[in-house]
Amino acid sequence: MPNDAQWQLDIRPAGPANEDRLDIILGGRWCIDASLPASDVLLDALDGRIRRLRFDAAGLTDWDSGLLTFLGSVLKACAQRDIAADTSGLPPGAQRLLAMALAVPEQKVPGRNNGPQDLFAQVGTATIEFFRDGPQMLHFLGEITQSMLRLLTGRARFRPRDLWLEIEEVGPRALPIVSVISFLVGLILAYLGADQLRLVGAQVFIADLVAIGMVREIGALMTGIIIAGRTGAAFAAQLGTMQVNEEIDAYKTLGIPAVDFLVLPRMLALMLMVPLLTLYSGFIGMLAGLLVSVTIFDIGMFEYYTETLRALELKHFLVGLSKGTVYGAMIAFAGCLRGMQCGRSAEAVGRAATSAVVTAILLITIAASIMTIVYYQLDI
Amino acid sequence: MTEASGTPHIEVRELSIGYGDYVVQHGLSFVVNKGDIFVIMGGNGCGKTTLMRALIGLQRPLQGAVLYSGEDFWGAPEEDRQRLKRRLGILFQSGALWSSLTLADNVALPIAEYTNLTQARIDEIVSFKLALVGLAGFEDFYPSELSGGMKKRASLARAMALDPDILVIDEPSSGLDPLTAKRLDELIVELRDSLGTTIVVVTHELASILSIGNNSIYLDAETHTMIPTGNPQDALKSGHPKVRHFLTRGAA
Repeated sequence: MPNDAQWQLDIRPAGPANEDRLDIILGGRWCIDASLPASDVLLDALDGRIRRLRFDAAGLTDWDSGLLTFLGSVLKACAQRDIAADTSGLPPGAQRLLAMALAVPEQKVPGRNNGPQDLFAQVGTATIEFFRDGPQMLHFLGEITQSMLRLLTGRARFRPRDLWLEIEEVGPRALPIVSVISFLVGLILAYLGADQLRLVGAQVFIADLVAIGMVREIGALMTGIIIAGRTGAAFAAQLGTMQVNEEIDAYKTLGIPAVDFLVLPRMLALMLMVPLLTLYSGFIGMLAGLLVSVTIFDIGMFEYYTETLRALELKHFLVGLSKGTVYGAMIAFAGCLRGMQCGRSAEAVGRAATSAVVTAILLITIAASIMTIVYYQLDI
Repeated sequence: MTEASGTPHIEVRELSIGYGDYVVQHGLSFVVNKGDIFVIMGGNGCGKTTLMRALIGLQRPLQGAVLYSGEDFWGAPEEDRQRLKRRLGILFQSGALWSSLTLADNVALPIAEYTNLTQARIDEIVSFKLALVGLAGFEDFYPSELSGGMKKRASLARAMALDPDILVIDEPSSGLDPLTAKRLDELIVELRDSLGTTIVVVTHELASILSIGNNSIYLDAETHTMIPTGNPQDALKSGHPKVRHFLTRGAA
């Protein structure tokens, strides 16, 4: 009487008359939760003389995939070593499932390796990826330029509704976060300036510092970074998910350039709204500077106001607006590029969003440096 | 395989399903016996998938009870529901494979999560399950690299990972060619025959309904309730006129 709480495996030579045969006697409970033996136990017993196996499962009380997995490995090994296995002693259900599992031969896919690579291979792959990214960016830039030209000649196809929706999403809805950050940055700027200017007794120049700093540089930079994190990532995730759902392919098959339909409204929305947000950000920053100067550093409100007016010229606003426009274009470019490049998995969408923010901030910083130097040289 | 074939395995009592005030189906009562291949059929939008979601614990029904081996599912506390859910294997309509995991990891995840087998044993089980659905050697592939039929079969392998007592399958053959669909049907029948798995199939594919089902209900989108239809083959010959109309593609 087999003990049905435990599996049993008995490997016996079949006897003098059948020297090339092993008898495998299975008994008890062969279920997945019963810490079953590995198939090696049996495979080790197959020495060179054995040409045949015979299974006897009369004592089996219960079985599931645990038994099938064990036998599946054994039968596969038998097929490789050209050993004939007689499975007629197994439960009929198990026989049929095993036959099914072994019916389709294992696919041998050449050159497939998902395992960890060594350091040199990783560095090499990363380098190739890096240099492949450049031409892809240029290609995408070209597509956007073509699309812009189509827009100017009135032949670009997109729905105006999409543009308005994007404008609402990236503009008014970003006001709260832009307000908070600009206010705090303006405040920091005022404190920083006050500390330095006090040494020469020229505290009133806080107004110049805050006004010119916020309007020319910091407003645009802060807005750019906020919008990169807020909207750039959203663009990449939206387009990436569309890529996963084959929605972008659907546009392509309809002959609608996906760049016109998806990228153009986003690009235009950001190029319109980021400069406006920059302007707004500058205004809020000056407000914070005023507040700090009047309450903490005893500068008169009127004094601060006139000093600000004296300091600001139209060119400062134009510099800020031009930077905002460029940053907006950079964010839309990075977000849409990474979204369109997205692979077809949830992980790829996440990578696209991350990469969009990193690319956007990198591009913004590079553009900021170049523009600052150029404007300085041109004395603007 | 503790319960004998033919005993009630899933029992649905006076179930109403829907969204808020909108009742999709009401008065659903049926019994799925151990070892049945039970077909829930009906046209598009009749509530097949909503019923399935109520059965597998994704959407609380408006009214009524779902009993697994006599145990009330929705009335049970959360941890009992988790335990009952573990006995279910579910094959979603679009596969729902985890796209960032390889096929091997997709199948291994439930095993690793709910058993304490060694990695070598898990790998062996995963290879066998994938071989069973005809995907031997595809362990290192990602779902996005597979064809639709392969994804479906891979998700069947995942649904079977823990040897569930009950396999719930939403539209097994949608998007598959007739031969692949037939092979999948055969595999489903084989799982029932060999392992005694109870199988609930939600479908509108006539070929599947007629070839694998041994009991069924029809969800009527007009009256918002079910028509018990028994064996689909019999329903085709002598069932309710609506059901015959459905099963003959409008010819009767």
